[in-house]
This record gives sequence, structure tokens and C-alpha cells, in this order.
Amino acid sequence: MSTRIRVAALAAIVVLSLVAAGVYVLRVQREQASEAKAAPAVPVSDLTTAMAGPHLLFRNTALGNGYGKLAVVPLSDPGGPRALTGVSCERAYSAAGRSVCLSARRGITNTYKAQVLGDDWKAVGDLPLTGLPSRVRLSRDGALAVTTTFVYGDSYATVGQFSTRTLVTRIGGKESADLENFKLYVDGKRITAADRNLWGVTFADDDTFYATAASGGKTWLVKGSLSGQRLDSLRTDVECPSLSPDRTRIAFKKHGDLPNGEWRLAVYDLRTGKETVLAETRSVDDQAEWLDDSTVLYGLPRTSDSGAATSDVWAAAADGTGKPRVLVQDAWSPAVIRD
Amino acid sequence: MYVSVRDRPAAQPGRTAGRVATTVVLLGVVSMFTDVSSEMVAAVLPLYLTTQVGLGYLAYGFVDGLYQGVSAVVRIGGGYAADRNGHPKWIAVLGYGVSALSRIALLPAHGFATIVSVISADRLGKGLRTAPRDALIAASSDPAQLGRAFGVHRTLDTIGAVLGPLVAFALLAMVPGSYDSVFVVSFAFAIVGLAVLLLFVPNMRTHAATARTGLRVVFRELAGKGLRKPLIATAILGVLTVGDGFLYLSIQQRDDLTASLFPLLYVGTNVAYLAFALPLGRLADRVGRARVFVGGHVALLAAYFAAGGQFGGIATTVLVLLLLGTYYAATDGVLPALVSRLVSEQTRGSGIAAAQTVVALSRFVSALAFGSLWVLVGRGNALLIVGVLLAAALPAAWMLLRPSDKPAEAAA
Repeated sequence: MSTRIRVAALAAIVVLSLVAAGVYVLRVQREQASEAKAAPAVPVSDLTTAMAGPHLLFRNTALGNGYGKLAVVPLSDPGGPRALTGVSCERAYSAAGRSVCLSARRGITNTYKAQVLGDDWKAVGDLPLTGLPSRVRLSRDGALAVTTTFVYGDSYATVGQFSTRTLVTRIGGKESADLENFKLYVDGKRITAADRNLWGVTFADDDTFYATAASGGKTWLVKGSLSGQRLDSLRTDVECPSLSPDRTRIAFKKHGDLPNGEWRLAVYDLRTGKETVLAETRSVDDQAEWLDDSTVLYGLPRTSDSGAATSDVWAAAADGTGKPRVLVQDAWSPAVIRD
Repeated sequence: MYVSVRDRPAAQPGRTAGRVATTVVLLGVVSMFTDVSSEMVAAVLPLYLTTQVGLGYLAYGFVDGLYQGVSAVVRIGGGYAADRNGHPKWIAVLGYGVSALSRIALLPAHGFATIVSVISADRLGKGLRTAPRDALIAASSDPAQLGRAFGVHRTLDTIGAVLGPLVAFALLAMVPGSYDSVFVVSFAFAIVGLAVLLLFVPNMRTHAATARTGLRVVFRELAGKGLRKPLIATAILGVLTVGDGFLYLSIQQRDDLTASLFPLLYVGTNVAYLAFALPLGRLADRVGRARVFVGGHVALLAAYFAAGGQFGGIATTVLVLLLLGTYYAATDGVLPALVSRLVSEQTRGSGIAAAQTVVALSRFVSALAFGSLWVLVGRGNALLIVGVLLAAALPAAWMLLRPSDKPAEAAA
């Protein structure tokens, strides 16, 4: 091949690649623009009516101009029309008229925000947040908020691996407690290894909480005390605990001997020590939420018919019986507001 | 970009004295496009996996470990294959091609298992291409100016690494959440790089086609006198090399840097590397490659003390990044330049691959050991201990490496 032919061939390949990639990106951009203008792909209803009784707050993942916004459905008709708020969040939780919204803005440097919202969905304050939003919970009276984020490079065991940071903040207060500074005891023995990690908090009352502790590749369910700055292990292989409304059981993710990156949902009875694996046979990576004392909610990702990434909120019986069902389609990060 | 201006390939092909061979610049351009492509994906991968695919962070850690680990394993294989058939170009084409295809394969990949296999394929390609590419650089350069040739290549390569994340985030700003767009554009860059390699890099024969290089010949050379001492020195220094991730962490913890600034540390080191790769490559040609290689570790030693010491603040952070960039500039391209002169032409690919594998493996050991040391004695102390060990090992490494400077100096 002569040099001229080769230069021509390269020019053709460069132009072809440029045009093809450019056309692809522009098409995506046009699609996004028309989708953003389009009405949501699901029926919508009035916000005040939806919030009048017990309701479910979630992140709407239905395509359309409400994508990523918080939405509400009444518990009496969870599969029915949803009411959209104007707030966009990656994850959210709500209790006692207060909500916490974790959001991420992506760019060359990513910025993350945790905002406290009043019952009119207006921001009333910020919580400290460093890293990619992962879990958020409020205590039942809405006084304490806890966020788990994963902070890039906070781990040293495998360079480049993520590590978590979990902060408990009294809303309106100035100080936050970093759970990694609490004393961790496993079977009564103090663990000081620097690879301790804590995440997925669920509050029992104004002082007591449950969480996941990890060190040396193992995870534990720990019971913590804010005033005592201390964590005690209760059980191994428990991640992302969630306390039932009657405070007797904990729903959690169990890894067992599954392949890497897979978990099953289970419920642990704090009184009897009995563990029940739920009927959900797919891998769940979410902090479960309780619909009521007998039903557990969780999110599962799904690829929609149009190829877009979405997710649904599922419900499974807490006693391990029955078959899981979709509670809300195109939804993520459920929070149940009972009163 | 001053590099490509000052070292523009000679108008007439060949090894004009004082100029870097056209092939080296072409391979640099190939690497630049490929690095834009791979760093684009690497930059968005954590976000993509956790927000779009819905993987937990523990699962992400697994993928990340895989990402780092796979390439070291196939590296030796790539080097040997290039030596065996005597056409490093085609092994390099295979490596670049596999990586390019893996980008487009990310489009339909959704599950954990598929994504893991796609990422493995990408790393496989990287492992495969590195040694044959470096062998091509060595084969097409004047032996006396090998350091500079590798310097030019690594400079172009790093320009790609700096540009990649910028392109990716600019794209995400344009089409928010469309990771598919990132993968498609990344594929386009990879194709352009591959096209330059296929169309313009000459299919150089590294040795006479009559004799296929057998395993035994390769082994005899690698275990032979010429290479044994430098490899031992490389291993000793590698084990005492604390990964840059740990150094960044150390800075982050001391100064309580926010997570959003963390990526800038990588950029800072890359920029320093970019600035020093060529000057240090030239210096290596003048004063000896082993000398510059050991000197790079002195810079690393200084970085330990700067990062592990009590003095925080921006000035120290910038100093650490400069020292770290200097270390990379004085070692990454200088090592293959050093090794190339110590092995016969027939086993050059394997020799370079062996040295790079020694570096990768010893750093892996170092990461495990340093992780434990950090837990035991804390951040600052761990760095100081490794620093003292490195200071003690440097004279020994110098004794082992010094003889290998002789032929290079004789040739100069």
C-alpha cells in the first residue's frame, strides 16, 4: 500500500468514526430533550391528596419529565397514579414530616448534597456529605439523620477500592458523629483494625441503632449506642439492616456463599435469634424497608422495554412464605410514612 | 504538546541522528488515542456500575481488583508471543483490537457477570500489547537514544490519559446519564488508534524468520547473567514502592481533603509525569538508565517523607505530586529502555515483559504488606518505616544495576 492510500484510509476511518460517534451522541441528546419534555410515562395524581393518608415516598424512575423526582403514592393504592414532587434525589427517606434527599451532580469533580426537606418539600438545611450517596435513614421522630456514602480511596486494602463513611447528625445541630470513630466490639473483643467499615444504619430510638460493621472481609450486625459511642456485634453476615415497625425483627442482606456481589434478603428475629430467608430468589442490593410488620419492601433494577435502566419496588412476606410482587413500578428507594 | 513539535519525526524515514524514529511517534499516537479511549471508560466506570447497573460498592471493589490484576498475568505471554513469531506488530494489533472491541461490548452488557468478562477482555488486551509495543519502540530506535524514545512515547501516552476523563465528563455534561454515549465515543477513539497502528506502524521483524525463538532460549536469557541482577534490583525496589493510591490516601487523611478533590491528585501526578517523561528519558541516555532509574526511587523516597511527615498543606501536597510524577517519569519508560539493551534482539519482548511483570507482582506484594503495616502502626509511621527500608535498599539496588549502564554508555 502506498503512503497516499494509507493516509486516505486513515482519513476515511477518522471521519467515519467521528461522524458515527457524533451522530450517536446527537441522537441521544435529541431523544433526551424530547423525553424531558414528554409527560411521564405513568399516570400522575395530586400531591396533597396522595399525602393525606399513610403513603409511600420513592424515587420515580419512569421515563419522562418526572424522572429522578421524588413521588408519592397512597398505601391504599400503591400501584395507582403517583403524585410527583419537584425534588430530584438519588436516595431519600422520610419520617415525622421531614425528608432527607441525597443527590449527586456529576462533572469533572463530582459534588454530592444531602438536604433536609420540610413537609412542603422545600429545603430547610444541609447535612454534611462526602462521597457517592448510598443509604439514608431518619429516626422515627425525624430528629436524627444518618447517611452512608462511599468515599473514593478511603480504603487501603485494595488500592482503588471504595470505602464507606457513615455520619449520624442531629438535625439542626452542628456536630456529626462518624461511626468509624466509635469503639467496635466483636464477641466482646475490641476491633481496632483500620479497615473497619460501617454502613446501613437503622434507628431503634433516640440513642440505639443497628448497623453493618465490616473488617477483614467479614460483616456483622452491630447494635450501637450514640451516647456510649460504642458498637457491639450480634451476628455475622448481615448487611444493611432495617428494623421492623414493632422493633422485634431485622430485615437484611445476606451474602452467604453466593458469588461476589450477590445477596439474598432475610429477616432476623431479635427475640428468638431465628433467621428466615425471604422468598425473593434474585440478588437484592438495597437497604430494605418495612411496609408493615409482615411485609418487606426493596428495590430491584430492571432494563425497560426501551432499553433504559429503571427499577421497581417489590414486596415480600417477612415470614418467607408466598411470592414476591411488584408494589410500585418504575420506583426506587421506598420510604413508608404511616402516620 | 510541545513534545510532538520538538520531536517531529524526520521528514525522511529512518533513524536520523538526534531525532526520534517515526515509528516511536506513531506508536505514541496509537497509545494516546487508546488511552483517551480507556481512561474515558475507567473514569466513569465506578459511577456507571453503582448508579446504572446497580452494583453495591463491595461488588465494585471486586471489579476494580480484577481491573488491576488481569493484565499482569498475560503480559509475559504477550512478550513471548511477540518474540516467538518475530512480528510484535501483530500481537500488538491483537491486544489493541481486543480492548477496542470490549468498549462496544459494554453497550449490551448489563449483568454483573457480563460486565466482569468485558472488563477482563479489555485488561487482557492491555497486558497483551504492552511488551510487544515496547519491543517495537526499542527495535526502531537508536540504542543510544532509547531513553528519549520511551520518553516521547510515554509523554504522548500520558496526554491521552489526561484527556480521557475530560472528554468523558464533557460528554456526560452534554448528554447526562448516557453512559452508552461515553462507550461509543471511546470505541471511536480506540478505532482511530488501531487504524494508525495497522496502517502506519511498519511490520518490523525483530529477528530473522528462520529461527523461531523457543521457550528454552527465552528462559536462558531471562535467567542469565545480564538480566538476573537488574530483575532482582527491580523486585527489591518494587516491593518497597508504596502505591500512589496509598500516598494520596495519606495526604487525604492528613489534610482531610474532600472526596471531590481526590481525582485531582491523579491529574496532578499525570501532569508532572507528562512534563518530566521526555527530559528524564534524555537524561537517562546521557548519564545512564540505571542511574536515572535509581534516581527516580530517590524522588519516591522523598515523596514518602513529604507525605508521611507532619507538615500538611497545599505546598506539601503539590511537592508529593511532583515527586511522584518524577518517579514515574524516571522509571516507567526508563525500565524497558534499560532492559532492551541487556537482552538479545530475539528475546527483547520477553525481557521487557519480564521486567514489567516483576514490577507489577512486587507492587502487588507491596500493596498487601503496606496495607497491613498501615493497620498496625498507622499512616505516618508506616510510610516512614518503608522509607527507611527503601533508603537502605537503594545502595544495594545501585550496586546490582550499575553494571547494566556500561553497554549503554559505551554505545553513546
